[in-house]
Amino acid sequence: MELFHNLALGFSTATSLANLFFCLIGVLLGTLIGVLPGIGATATIAMLLPITFQLEPVSSLIMLAGIYYGAQYGGSTTAILINMPGESSSAVTAIDGYQMARKGKAGVALATAAMGSFFAGTVSTFLVAIFAPPLTTIALKFGAAEYFSLMVVGLVSSIALAHGSIIKALAMVALGLLLGLVGTDIYTGTPRFTLGIREYADGLNFVAVAVGVFGIAEILRNLENEQTRSVLMSKVSGLMPSKEEFKAMVGPVLRGTAVGSILGILPGGGAILAAFASYTIEKKVSKNPQEFGHGAIAGVAGPESANNAGAQTSFIPLLTLGIPANPVMALMIGAMIIQGIVPGPNVATEQPALFWGIIASMWIGNLMLVVLNLPLIGLWVKLLTIPYYVLFPIIMAFCAIGVYSVNSNVYDLYSVAFFGLIGYVLSKLRCEPAPLLLGFVLGPLLEENLRRAMILSRGDPMTFVTRPISAGLLIFAALVLVVVFLPSVKKKREEVFVEEE
Amino acid sequence: MKILNAVLGATALAALSLVSAVANAAGYPERQITMIVPFAAGGPTDTVARLVAENMSKTLGQQIVVENVGGAGGTLGAARVANADKDGYTVLLHHIGMATSDSLYRKLPYKTLEAFDYVGLVTDVPMTLLARKDMPANDLKGLVEYAKANKDKVTVANAGIGAASHLCGMLFMSSIQTALVTVPYKGTGPAMTDLLGGQVDIMCDQTTNTTKQIQGGTVKAYAVTSPARLDVLKDVPTVKEAGLPQMEVGIWHGIYTPKGAPKEALDKLSGALKVALADKNIGARFAELGTKPSPESDATPAALKAKLESEIARWKPVIEAAGQYAD
Repeated sequence: MELFHNLALGFSTATSLANLFFCLIGVLLGTLIGVLPGIGATATIAMLLPITFQLEPVSSLIMLAGIYYGAQYGGSTTAILINMPGESSSAVTAIDGYQMARKGKAGVALATAAMGSFFAGTVSTFLVAIFAPPLTTIALKFGAAEYFSLMVVGLVSSIALAHGSIIKALAMVALGLLLGLVGTDIYTGTPRFTLGIREYADGLNFVAVAVGVFGIAEILRNLENEQTRSVLMSKVSGLMPSKEEFKAMVGPVLRGTAVGSILGILPGGGAILAAFASYTIEKKVSKNPQEFGHGAIAGVAGPESANNAGAQTSFIPLLTLGIPANPVMALMIGAMIIQGIVPGPNVATEQPALFWGIIASMWIGNLMLVVLNLPLIGLWVKLLTIPYYVLFPIIMAFCAIGVYSVNSNVYDLYSVAFFGLIGYVLSKLRCEPAPLLLGFVLGPLLEENLRRAMILSRGDPMTFVTRPISAGLLIFAALVLVVVFLPSVKKKREEVFVEEE
Repeated sequence: MKILNAVLGATALAALSLVSAVANAAGYPERQITMIVPFAAGGPTDTVARLVAENMSKTLGQQIVVENVGGAGGTLGAARVANADKDGYTVLLHHIGMATSDSLYRKLPYKTLEAFDYVGLVTDVPMTLLARKDMPANDLKGLVEYAKANKDKVTVANAGIGAASHLCGMLFMSSIQTALVTVPYKGTGPAMTDLLGGQVDIMCDQTTNTTKQIQGGTVKAYAVTSPARLDVLKDVPTVKEAGLPQMEVGIWHGIYTPKGAPKEALDKLSGALKVALADKNIGARFAELGTKPSPESDATPAALKAKLESEIARWKPVIEAAGQYAD
């Protein structure tokens, strides 16, 4: 009964006229910046922080939260339309979403993303409301050893991201891991592979690498052969999914929501894995795994749901522990402190209207996103009919602005250019960028947690198998490996491979 | 979208400058001032900067825009300011890292004591010595005994080399003359998470990060490193009371300009800083974070210069003794 009381308090706070207004502004801004490649929620929230001084604490946080999940949603739009993911999560959406767009199904892909996100958002909002405190306890059981094993699961599963040669996929993961090594070793302070450039002391910028290998490389490919592209785009038809497509969405959306909600709770980078993990699962359970990479609707529905669910549940560590799960959450903490609320374990009891108001506003915000975006889909798809010689310089310019705005670091722009070329070369070699990005994201987490776990266990590797959660995760990773190399699965893969050649 | 942002921002700026045109007739500042914060947005230093910048904007009659140039322990942002125009329109808000990076980095692209002019000190954030909630010791003496008796087992977390928690951890170990196992993290968030989860034993960090956790009872606090007890943590003794006076330390923050800024600019910035530090609202926000504004006498160029010089001298031997460098 206390839950209903709390939710009622939350909804009464969130549905006040002012708060509804700021929620709308937030999701609107979020969607818009998300649609611009490279410009992420972090930069936008940082720019808007001064404006929030003048607002009520609840209103300003509702607006900032709206920007965050609005951007998550908007980022998928560019991933689908122009193969330009702005965040790690939408990198996965780009794999099948962009292929759907090339087949003239951009509208369907966007609608799938919108509906999957809304469903996931609804479920995970209630999860946050009901389970926030007990879930936090579980998240705290995750130490370095557990995170290491979780990353192993992620890496092993990444093989499924590839829809071609396993060897090439592994090579890409390894290359990604190596790129992840660039930067300062946090245990000794030694710079590694920075070429003596201090601007790379904190590693390569994820947005720069992603925009390069996906977006810029894609532009280069398109310029190579503009003729085919205009033909592909002219046959955009049917904005809403058909009955069969709806049916094909249900399973992936449900599974994606579950996976995303669970991983989002872990403050040590679990949310990063959500979209990747969901894609892997969908490919495994699918009756037609060969469709993945060629425009499978499940490859959009699952990861999009997972990503949105993860974005929502990553508020749990923030609201219950006062600890940010990612840079956007850190900014939210900054915004709270400026407003005179220091987030900590007592926020829920000290500021119930704020706590529950934000939770309720998440659901309202998700509803607004769907209402806002379903009609917009037609507009976004129209963007594709803009002549390419006009579109691509605009995309490049916004990419540059967006990437620069993250850290005000010129070297990030050099990275974009360099990885654009790399991405182009890799695509010529038929190597895919998604496993590379996964390796790049997971590599540092893997290394950091491995070494930390070893320090904590005084150099005893048994720590990974004597801690039950860690052991469970490692067993799961081993099972995945076995399944991948089972003869029947292997055969299927080869078929796909042959077909591609 | 970017455009929309720009329009929003421009409107806000226009409104502000309209108000300011009345308040300030001529001279410095004629346009917007950029305050570089050499750390990520949302962190404790960024929060301090934004609170102060907002108030200083009102006094100066021009908007101060906070720009986060993070990376390499704050040295990238400092280097940016060292090479900026010397017109007083680019300022740096940096903390104790300004002094420690002089020893932690053997190759800095600027000379710390020669590249900057000084505006004044902003605040001196105390540190708190914490341990996981189920740590058996109940006071600092007990903690030191426990650490000495279990020195192979006890772990000390920090947020990476050069971080406040790293400095304080080094100071704790040198004060009790016992080397414990150091566990570095990438930032305060993950380190605090592991302390809450009992994965590590001890951490020493700024009150800006720890006050709420201590009040919430999720960690055990043993001492504050300030000379007097804090209003928000009345039950926590000072390091002096608890028997480790050599651990008195603060994460001081100061505002700098590139060397050679016009005197008028420095005077006005320093004046505006004094006004900001006397502001009730800022005092209240700082208090919630467990710190307080620097006294008026410290919000001066001379005080900051003296602080920087003495702190470089203080940390050099500590860092050299630890033998760990950041480059």
